[in-house]
Amino acid sequence: MGAALPARQREVAEALRAFLPARAVLHEEEDTRPYECDGLTAYRQLPMVVALPETEEQVQRILRTCSAMGVPVVPRGAGTGLSGGALPLGDGVLLSMAKFMRVLRLDPKARVAVVQPGVRNAAISDIAAPFGLYYAPDPSSQIACTIGGNVSENSGGVHCLKYGLTVHNVVRLRGYTIDGEPIEVGSESPDAAGYDLLALAIGSEGMLMVVTEVTVKLLAKPQCARVIMASFDDVEKAGEAVAAVIAAGIIPAGLEMMDRPATRAVEQFVGAGYDLEAAAILLCESDGTEREVEEEIAHMNEVLTRAGATRLTVSRDERERLRFWSGRKAAFPAVGRISPDYYCMDGTIPRKRLGEVLLFIRDMEKKYGLRCPNVFHAGDGNLHPLILFDANSAEQLERTEQFASEVLEKCVEVGGTITGEHGVGVEKINQMCVQFRPDELEAFGAVKRAFDPRGLLNPGKAVPTLARCAEYGRMHVRGGKLAHPELPRF
Amino acid sequence: MSLDFFREKIVEAAARKTPLRLRGGGTKDFYGNEPRGEVLDTRSYAGIVDYEATELVVTARGGTALSHLEGILREKNQFLPFEPPHFGEQATVGGCVAAGLSGPRRASAGALRDFVLGVTVVDGRGRTLRFGGQVMKNVAGYDVSRLLAGSLGTLGLIAEVSLKVLPRAPAQQTLCLQLEEGAALEALNGWAGRPLPVTASAWHAGRLWLRLEGRRAAIDPAVAQIGGERVDAEEGLALWSAVREQTHAFFGGADPLWRLAVPSTTPPLALGQEARGGTLIEWGGGLRWLKFSGEAARVRDAASRAGGHATLFRAAHKSTPAFAPLAPAVLRVHRELKAAFDPSGILNPGRLVAEP
Repeated sequence: MGAALPARQREVAEALRAFLPARAVLHEEEDTRPYECDGLTAYRQLPMVVALPETEEQVQRILRTCSAMGVPVVPRGAGTGLSGGALPLGDGVLLSMAKFMRVLRLDPKARVAVVQPGVRNAAISDIAAPFGLYYAPDPSSQIACTIGGNVSENSGGVHCLKYGLTVHNVVRLRGYTIDGEPIEVGSESPDAAGYDLLALAIGSEGMLMVVTEVTVKLLAKPQCARVIMASFDDVEKAGEAVAAVIAAGIIPAGLEMMDRPATRAVEQFVGAGYDLEAAAILLCESDGTEREVEEEIAHMNEVLTRAGATRLTVSRDERERLRFWSGRKAAFPAVGRISPDYYCMDGTIPRKRLGEVLLFIRDMEKKYGLRCPNVFHAGDGNLHPLILFDANSAEQLERTEQFASEVLEKCVEVGGTITGEHGVGVEKINQMCVQFRPDELEAFGAVKRAFDPRGLLNPGKAVPTLARCAEYGRMHVRGGKLAHPELPRF
Repeated sequence: MSLDFFREKIVEAAARKTPLRLRGGGTKDFYGNEPRGEVLDTRSYAGIVDYEATELVVTARGGTALSHLEGILREKNQFLPFEPPHFGEQATVGGCVAAGLSGPRRASAGALRDFVLGVTVVDGRGRTLRFGGQVMKNVAGYDVSRLLAGSLGTLGLIAEVSLKVLPRAPAQQTLCLQLEEGAALEALNGWAGRPLPVTASAWHAGRLWLRLEGRRAAIDPAVAQIGGERVDAEEGLALWSAVREQTHAFFGGADPLWRLAVPSTTPPLALGQEARGGTLIEWGGGLRWLKFSGEAARVRDAASRAGGHATLFRAAHKSTPAFAPLAPAVLRVHRELKAAFDPSGILNPGRLVAEP
């Protein structure tokens, strides 16, 4: 991981400058510094060289050059990822796709948009809006994150229970393999021939191909939407209410939960109007025609009341609806204000185990002496516990990481997963050894090799080597006391 | 039968390098390239492993009868949103996922692969591998479970699968409109861009059927907007079943049946006029069935010119590969994946892509 020799750096930069303008190849530390980390700032590494192509042809030549020179390549979108998927390599090229910002085609009749990977998530819905269409996945970073990054991580958002994740809303990708060979997966026609390589590429954390073009599905915007804010005096009751809504045959457009520590942090920050006395609140949204929404909201109210809600408030107009959501969408930055740092987890669990997992988190708060507010995509079982800590204290950081790793392993134990939508990156690579067995990790390795035989595209992310797992297993037995604290642990 | 039985069979076949034909009820034997090898019948590995309606997830063993699974879901007023075709009473869950075929609801709800959450597979080396899980959101590792959907048993035996399920809609209304092909395609694409509860469409010989589903409060105003004649409930159900199971009269006759997947806005295909049995259009225009006895190359060209691909779906004799040829980069990845999961090349060889 260490910095490359200056001679190698010069050699690679010169090879790239042979066909890229000088401003598109960065190697001075002051220029490469902004790329040293993504949204997971605890991990930093200066890249050897940063390349900023503007055309597909340039991407192809960069890949061919790097491939020929045996230089690893790390693709990067807006750098908002939370798992370190875009963490550079000290001996690698950081390939920024930030200049790929064009919308290539918007076809309102076919309800598709073909965009370059650097187009922001929210910008797609903006350009589709005049046609009554929108792009459904809405990760909370949607004003900043790019569609290319969404593809890499298979991003979700607060409406995925009803409208799906990135994998359900992207129909085609075009890009290049590490050797610079053009490759297209998926299609604008339904169900492309052969194996579903599109499903493999989405969520592959930039390890299988470099994407240069994304075709997304656009949906008709529902006529109206309203959201219920339901209060509960007990977190577990709120969890049971979620199951009751589903059991009543309702699929809400959004179904979110926040516990009191989270609502209190948010309320100071945005004034969303949350019930601060409630142990937990649910946000339960209905969309459709006016009459349909009216009927469904009444049905939801009835179910939530029966499930023990102590207070129900229905948004009266679009402004109030957006205000209710603003708190949920601002949860991370709000928590960022009440603590010097926070560590966001992303486990998914079967909903019925929610009570048990929340109790476990409470025990961990005591065990590690750290606070942990919770926000939760309740509809699809995706938890985001936020551990509050101070990164200036190395000891607190270590406690935080152990806290997080115990919670993630609990998620696996109850039949869930270590990451619902943020990706593995470098952050959760050790927990992959807990979730998967050696044969399965080996199969992931084979998938990687099928696209990238020499392992040059974003190596070291998402899929651990068996040697690393063996090492982690040994570390694990020692109950968190690491055998070699001097070794970097990514 | 325990999974060990199947694992041993596969290990043995791999050692002898003799092909195995993984097979459930055999209802989709006709699909893909000619099956070959010794039959390994999966139906003794059956049963619902887990079903909790409030989790919206069902887990079943591959050999479970598809109709049994659907029956269990119906008891809780839920269903498989992708409406898979059975093509016979013996259809199994594993075969359904391996074939990857979706039914009338494909354009509105998504494809089979969209509902696959996790798979346990026995690969060509006899390794039991689990990918994905029983939760809706899961990005740990590559999405191998979706890769297995539609892989026609060429990568492994689907031992167990977890599928996302949904509640059935409270109400349903089928409509029938008299429209020529071009006008029907125009109309379908127009409606799809508006928030209307259309969950299925079928056009054939001047008539367009639409299925609307949801709350009555959503259906009634949509009927007013779309127009057409209301079809009696029972007749509607029978029609959608006939389209899904291909028992509709269109699908009869001896001419080869072609399946063209194209962008939904593709205008009427000239070949449609030439095809003796005509054409039947589903999925809002994205799926065009053709009864066509002419040259395969002509169908394949027409589909690829439109930006799609053509599959020779049913034919007495398949004189051409069932599936459209793959681009070089994609074909290379296919071969690598096949070699990784099935190094001896014994699982349903050639069924999806011709062996090198």
